[in-house]
Parts: sequence; structure tokens; C-alpha cells
Amino acid sequence: MEMEKGSENKAGATATFSSRRQFIRAAAITGGASLLAAGPVPIDAQQSPKKAPLLVLPAATENATPFEVHVPQAELDDLKRRLVTARWPEKEPVADWSQGVPLAKIRELSDYWARNYDWRRAERTLNSFPQFRTSLDGLGIYFIHLRSKHERALPIVLTHGWPGSVFEFLEVIRPLTDPTAHGGSENDAFHVVVPALPGFGFSDKPPEKGWNVARIANAWAALMKRLGYERWVAQGGDWGAGVTTALGHIQPPGLAGIHLNWAFVFPEKIPTEGLSQDEQRAVDAAAIFQTQGAGYFLEQATRPQTIGTALADSPVGQAAWIYEKFNAWTDHDGDVESALTKDQMLDDISLYWLTNSAASSARIYWENNPATYVGGKIDLPVGVSVFPREIYRAPRSWAEKDYSKLIYWNELPKGGHFAAFEQPAAFVRELRACFTTLRA
Amino acid sequence: MKSPRTDAALEEQSMNNDLVNRTGVPAPLTSRRTFIREAAAASGAGILSAGMRVSAQGTAAKAEQMVLPTTTKEVISFKVHVPQAALDDLKKRLANARWPEKEPVTDWSQGVPLAKAQALVEYWRTRYDWRRVESTLNGLPQFRTQIDGLGIYFIHVRSKHENALPIILTHGWPGSIIEFLQVIGPLTDPTAHGGKADEAFHVVIPSLPGFGFSDKPTEVGWRLPRIANAWAALMARLGYSHYVAQGGDLGAGVSSWMAKQRPSGLAAIHLNLPILFPPPPPQPGGYTAAEQPALAQLGKYASDASGYASIQATRPQTLGYGLADSPVGQAMWVYEKFQAWTDNKGDPAETISVDHMLDDITLYWLTDTAASSARVYFESFAKDFARMHLELPVAVSNFKGDFFTPPKVWGDQTYSKLFYWNEVPKGGHFAALEQPELFVAELRKSFAQVR
Repeated sequence: MEMEKGSENKAGATATFSSRRQFIRAAAITGGASLLAAGPVPIDAQQSPKKAPLLVLPAATENATPFEVHVPQAELDDLKRRLVTARWPEKEPVADWSQGVPLAKIRELSDYWARNYDWRRAERTLNSFPQFRTSLDGLGIYFIHLRSKHERALPIVLTHGWPGSVFEFLEVIRPLTDPTAHGGSENDAFHVVVPALPGFGFSDKPPEKGWNVARIANAWAALMKRLGYERWVAQGGDWGAGVTTALGHIQPPGLAGIHLNWAFVFPEKIPTEGLSQDEQRAVDAAAIFQTQGAGYFLEQATRPQTIGTALADSPVGQAAWIYEKFNAWTDHDGDVESALTKDQMLDDISLYWLTNSAASSARIYWENNPATYVGGKIDLPVGVSVFPREIYRAPRSWAEKDYSKLIYWNELPKGGHFAAFEQPAAFVRELRACFTTLRA
Repeated sequence: MKSPRTDAALEEQSMNNDLVNRTGVPAPLTSRRTFIREAAAASGAGILSAGMRVSAQGTAAKAEQMVLPTTTKEVISFKVHVPQAALDDLKKRLANARWPEKEPVTDWSQGVPLAKAQALVEYWRTRYDWRRVESTLNGLPQFRTQIDGLGIYFIHVRSKHENALPIILTHGWPGSIIEFLQVIGPLTDPTAHGGKADEAFHVVIPSLPGFGFSDKPTEVGWRLPRIANAWAALMARLGYSHYVAQGGDLGAGVSSWMAKQRPSGLAAIHLNLPILFPPPPPQPGGYTAAEQPALAQLGKYASDASGYASIQATRPQTLGYGLADSPVGQAMWVYEKFQAWTDNKGDPAETISVDHMLDDITLYWLTDTAASSARVYFESFAKDFARMHLELPVAVSNFKGDFFTPPKVWGDQTYSKLFYWNEVPKGGHFAALEQPELFVAELRKSFAQVR
């Protein structure tokens, strides 16, 4: 494990082999262990000694160390116990989702979670991908890294947001890396990197403040460099769009362009008159979000530890906190399960629960407070896909003002905030179409 | 333990009460008679620890749930007895708490620090005694009565001084009737507490709908004006024809709406935390230097301190799941506000004892009122919690440590009969709980002019 730092990055040609070699060697050393189901559990001085089933992440080094997910059975048993002993509030006094998740809906989801849901299936799916952890800027970052068999594939880093996770992208990874098996041509191939944000999933939780989107963007650039990629692109929505926009500002060496499925193109000062229909629609949608849909946002931006303390102790609390957003932000006509299945939603929710990352994920709002929709000007090539049920639909006119090289624009007929999760095929088509012109 | 009387008889009795109230005659006797008779009928039953109502979706394991007795328009005596199973369940949950990681800051800027949270929970689990506060409550005359379709819990202590001024004290969020327990004695029995007979009050302390032992509304519409209406009905039902109202936080909202509605009998109100959002600046130059601190307080509240209000005003049900299931979550949701809003140098225990904070927190937990209490924000925060011109006499005490202390000039511009204004040098948002003596002094001084 003493590979010279960065040596694998110097020649792009050897990147593939380097990372493969690294994978194989590290896998041999770690013997497939990843999450330490047994072994030393770090017990906080203030923690009671009963907390045996804690997940512990292995220490990360500057190598990309293979990682597999194996959640201790005791964690899953504990989850089930909490679900069946949940204490509920009274039924909401409204007939819709206007006060949050209706009691009957969360009880149905919770029952399914306790009785029918199989985390081991999700784990097997994750473990079917090459997963790694590596230390970036002092923090262990988890990522999926699947290289295309096509050597000239375009490397891409896909960044999730909140309350999403790497689960959003699992359906698109193979179509992106192996286009010829998924309706595309060899020229559409990507090498795919899907990291978990700091404080999310199997990445470390920052023990110090300062992990804002710019710092994360710098870490992603270092990650791509460490993987030996000399020319690459980046993609994201939600906080992933925040990170990707920050990458667009930073312009790290190698970054050839970005794609956003939620573009922060609001002008510094919104004109009070003369707005086009699209602009007005975006302003109205943002205003509705601000007044009626941003409670979670303001709480997470100001008191992540307090809300985190409640959600860390209650899986139904954690589930409702996320389920509400799946319902609100996906494209459906009243039944969220027509956009995402219970299993899909619970994969994501379970990841938050099992990694106890309610507080640490909420902290990204605190770190970037106050966040706005004013993303600023970007001179790198930018592509945008607008999905209709996004929180607001970015107007092309504003994008043209902010992005001097707007290489791609498309408004899709279906899909919402969780674009890759909801519409994997369309999402893949968007990335293929967008980045065609940036391929060397 | 049902009263044998029919609903028709109850309705008639209620109408009689109302009749008595309108004439303003021997109200005290009526309410005393009611008290004694109903106390005998109820024979101490309060929260039914047996005969649990299990909702259609409830699992069989929920034996520890409390059920409130049904109400009528009668004023029915009530005592608190929380089933032991509920207290055992609480302890079990506290022992099994799963914690997040430590915050990456060295202060309360991200919320309750882990070490503080764990210390509070440890005390709650190993040393706190709910039965103590229960016996305090049960040493007071407590009642439930149905108003506007909802069972309302209240404490009602009459002074031995017949000329005492009736007062209705309204708590806010995340407060409760617990806030007022220390001021009941001094207000009702001033001669035993450094005051004079003509400073005596008859004290009525209701729980807001969805709080404590009041019912939880099952329909939308319980906005502040509706609660204000209900309070007026309550005072009338108790036979009071000349009374005053007091409150802070949501209680200030209810009291202000009462003043707006001017029900017959309401003579004046007193507010700590008056709802005095800035009036438009009177001159083109904008706000004066004297107005700037309050503007800054509101700015800080909006940008850094109103997350709880924003989520409670928009998604109380979603938030409620986490807090209903996790006593740790419920505790921190409230504890954070004790720290932020009381007059302290960092630790809320400087101003409110840990036992008193936990009395309040435990009341929220045991009554499972996280969602129902949050719903008041959904109902009213954006619409009804606003500056209102009032013609009724208004008194204001600004407690220095509150998060918002508007300048008197805003009071002058808003209340046409602002008859009392005082800056109290100690105490904060939970004035009666933090500084009971000063709070009592403020009520005695301000309402001396109303008697």
C-alpha cells in the first residue's frame, strides 16, 4: 500500500492499469473486509457501552482502497426492532400531503420496511460495483468507480444531492460504461465515478466545519486526478449541481465541461418586469418553494445537530424526512410509487439510517448557508437537462447569460428532481447527447 | 365513570352557566359547585390508565398510550396520572438512544451539542421524577371542558379574596402550563407572597389545543383567533364578567386576538413578547437608531433562528414522526429553545432548573404532542401571528433576555391604549418560569390600573 502518491496520475495511458492493479492488490490485502462488522468499535467517551452494532468505516489512505458493504446483522435487527416499536403521532387533520407525510402512508412504508424490505439485496447490488474509499483533504471518501472497456471512454464524476445518494445512479452506471450493450455506440462510453458526499453514505463525516461545495469540488478534482484521469467531465443535480457548479468555477486542470440537471441560473437581481413566461414560471416556483417547501432547508441550514439528534434515534423519523421529498419532487400524478418503487426509496432511506448520517448530511446546508439559486457565470462548456418536475425549471434565457459555452440544452417531457433515479434511460441519453462534442 | 346525565341536560346546564355569566352574578359559587360535584363524580379519574383506545392502525404493543377522558360542556375535574408503562417506555427509549456524531463546532450554532444532549438525557433517565410534577399538578384544581368541540384542559385557582381580578394566562411553544406553576401562589394569595389583598388574581391557565392535556384538533382551523374565541367562552363559562388576559409567544398571539375581538368582560391584556413587528418607518429617513437593535434581532431570527418555525409551519406532520418516536429528539427540539431564548450566559440551567425544563419536555413527550403542538404554526404562523392595531388597553413587559425586544415606539404606534410598558432587566422568553417574582410584580403593577 505504499504506492507513490500521484504516480499513477502522471500518464493517462496507464490510468486504467494503475487503478486496476491497485484494486486487485488492495483487495488482496483487505481480504474483502470493508465495513468492520467485528473489531474495534470506537466508543465515544460519552457513549453508553450498549451501542454494539455501530457501523465503523475502515480508515482511508491516499490509496483507493477497495471497499465492500456489509452491514452487521445486529444493525438490521436493531432497525427492525425500532420500526415495530415506533410511537406515532395522531393522524394529520388534512386529506393530503400538505402537512407532511400522511400517517397512513408512513405506516405503510414502515411496515414494508420492517417486513418485506431486504437490505441485503441492496448490499449485493452495491457490491456488484467496484467500490473504494480514499482519503481526500483529510477525509475518507467512498466512491463507485466503473471503467468502461472502451479505452477512449470519457471519464465522468456523477454527484448526488440530498436526500439522494449513490443509489440514484446505480441504474445508469452500466449503460454509461457499456453503451454497446445498452442501445448506444462505443463513442458514447464513459468511465464512471460516483462518490458519496462528505457526511453521506460510506464517506466519512467531517469532524470539523468547512466542507462547503467549493471544498468538495476541489476534493473531487483531486479524486479524478488520483484515478489518473487527465480529461474528464462532471455531472450533478441538487447539491451535486452545487458541487458541479463549483467545479465549473474552479476549472481544475482536466475538467472539460459539466452537465447539470438542476441549473442555478437566477440573476443576482431578478427584474421586476419584462420576465419571459419561462422566467416568471421559475420565479414563481422558487417563491412557492421558499414559502411552503423550505422548512427542512432552513432547519438543516441552521440547526443540523438538533434535527439530526431526532432522526438518528428514529428510523420512522428519518424515513418520513426523506419520503416527503421523494413524494414532493418526483414526477407522478399522486402516487409516488409510480416514480420510484418502495424498494428504491428504502434503499436510499436505509443508507441514511444505517450510516447514521441524518445530522452529517444536513450539515451540507449549514456549510453552504446562505445558499441561493445564483450560480454565477461559468466559462467552461455547460450542458443542461431540464426535467419537468424539478423544484423550478431553469429558463434557457438565463442559462445563456450565465454560461458562455452552453453546449447542450434540453427540456424533457418526464422526470423530476431525482432525474437519474426516476428516468435512468432518459438520463443516460442526455449525458450521451450532451457530451458528444466534448469527446477528444 | 360517566355522568348519568344526558347530553340535553348537560347542554342545559351549560346554558345556565352562560346565563349566570351574562348577568355576572355568583359565578364563583357556580364554578365551585361544578367543581365539587364533578370531582365527586369523576372520583379522581383523569387519564385513563386502563381502557386504552387503540387506533385502527395502532399496533397491539401500544399499551402505554394515554387517553384523555371525553369532555362535555361541563367543567369536569381532572387529575393527571400517567400510566407507569408510559414512564417505563420512556426510560427504555432513552437507554436505547442512538446518537449522531459530535457536532463539528464548539458552541450551540448547529443546535444542541452532543455532550449537552447526552447529559440532559442521562439526567432524565436516571434522576428525573415525573411523579413529583404530577403531584404538584394534582395539588391544583384542574379541569377539562369542551369548547367549540374540543376538550380544553385548564388549571383554575381562585383567590380567597373575592374582589380578585380574574386572569387567563396563556403559554406558547415550546412552553406549557408548567411555565406558570410558580406564579399561581403569589398571584392568587398575594398576602402570603409579599403583596396586598387588592393585588389578588383568580387564575385560569389553559393548555392550547394540541398541547398538554387539551385535545388535539382533528380538523384544520384552530387558528389563533379561534383559540382566542374559545378562551373568551371559557372565561364566560367560569362566570367571569370582568377579566384580563396575559401571554407571551403564541400566548401573546392568543391574548392579542382576544384584545382584537374584545369579548365582553375582557378589560385589558398584558404581553411579554408583544407581537410588534416593525411598523413602516414614519419618516423617509427610515428607522431610528433606537429601532435598529430590534430590526437586527428580527434579521438574525429570520436568517439563523427560525428553522424550527419554518418546518413547523409547513410540515408539522413529517417533523412529528421523528419527535413522536424519539424522546431524545423531542427533548432537543425543546431544549434548544430553552438555551436560545432564556437569559443565560450559555447554559439554560442558569435560569431554569433542569427539572423544570424536563417537566415541560416530559409533558410534551407523554402527551405525544410534537406534531399537534407544531400544527399551531401551520395554522397561524404566517397569517395570524402579526402586528395588530389594538384598541383595548395593553400592557407590555419586555424581558431583556428574550430573542425579540421591540422598542416602545412600535407599541405606541400599534396600541392606542398602551397603559404600561416596562423593560425588565432579567429574564427572557419564558418570563414566568425564569423570573417568577419579577413576572408577578409586572402583573401586579400593570393591572393595578385595571381593577
